[in-house]
Amino acid sequence: MKIVKEGTKKDADWATGLKRLYDSVVEEPMPDSFKHLLSKLDDEQKR
Amino acid sequence: MSKDHKDRELPDRSEDDKRAFKRELTDVVPHLRAFARGLCGRPDMADDLVQETLLKAWAAQERFEPGTSMRAWTFVILRNAYLTDMRRNRFRGDYDDNVAERILIAPAGQEEPLHLSDLHRALLTLPPERREALLLVGAGGFSYEEAANICRCAVGTIKSRVGRARAALSSMIEEGDIPDRSIHDPSAHRAILEELDDVAAGRGKAEATR
Repeated sequence: MKIVKEGTKKDADWATGLKRLYDSVVEEPMPDSFKHLLSKLDDEQKR
Repeated sequence: MSKDHKDRELPDRSEDDKRAFKRELTDVVPHLRAFARGLCGRPDMADDLVQETLLKAWAAQERFEPGTSMRAWTFVILRNAYLTDMRRNRFRGDYDDNVAERILIAPAGQEEPLHLSDLHRALLTLPPERREALLLVGAGGFSYEEAANICRCAVGTIKSRVGRARAALSSMIEEGDIPDRSIHDPSAHRAILEELDDVAAGRGKAEATR
């Protein structure tokens, strides 16, 4: 069995990296295509 | 299975409820995009998947229980759409280097910054059920219980998948050995699809295959 201790620092690095990968997308401005889609849903609701 | 409650009495939704639904759905879009990007790698395909998810969520809005987590609810829809599309061979685990390459992880004092692109590529080589488990818990911040609900499996299964995913990523990154499993290797691609069949069937047998 691998000793977890050895990998702890690296683990922390990629765990942070994983979160950053996710957050970097979350923080992107919403593309216009989504704004259009969401506003179309609105139109549908009004029908 | 609890998903087909077509005859269940659904409460009437007020205009306020509908507006709240729309607002919550809009708020969750960035998270859906991040989850989808982690799952399928390519931003354009990920965004297609999110659009599909939004349309399905909108169509099914009466099934959403106000006050519960919109993020968890829509992640289930996204995940199901992803599994269906993946089995139709739509996603091949392609990866867009440009997106992640510009970001480096360089913690203070760290000599060898880990490239997010490497991390993302490594992530994409994981079996899908481990990848999604790690994304939900490690990136999306869901609890094991929430992730288990999203993936329709036991909490212990999620814990095991996350543990295996972490071990695999640690080992790949430590050894600098990130296999190109998902992109050019037809046998690997077939293996992924077989695993997906298991995941979709709720058998979860893929756990022991690697």
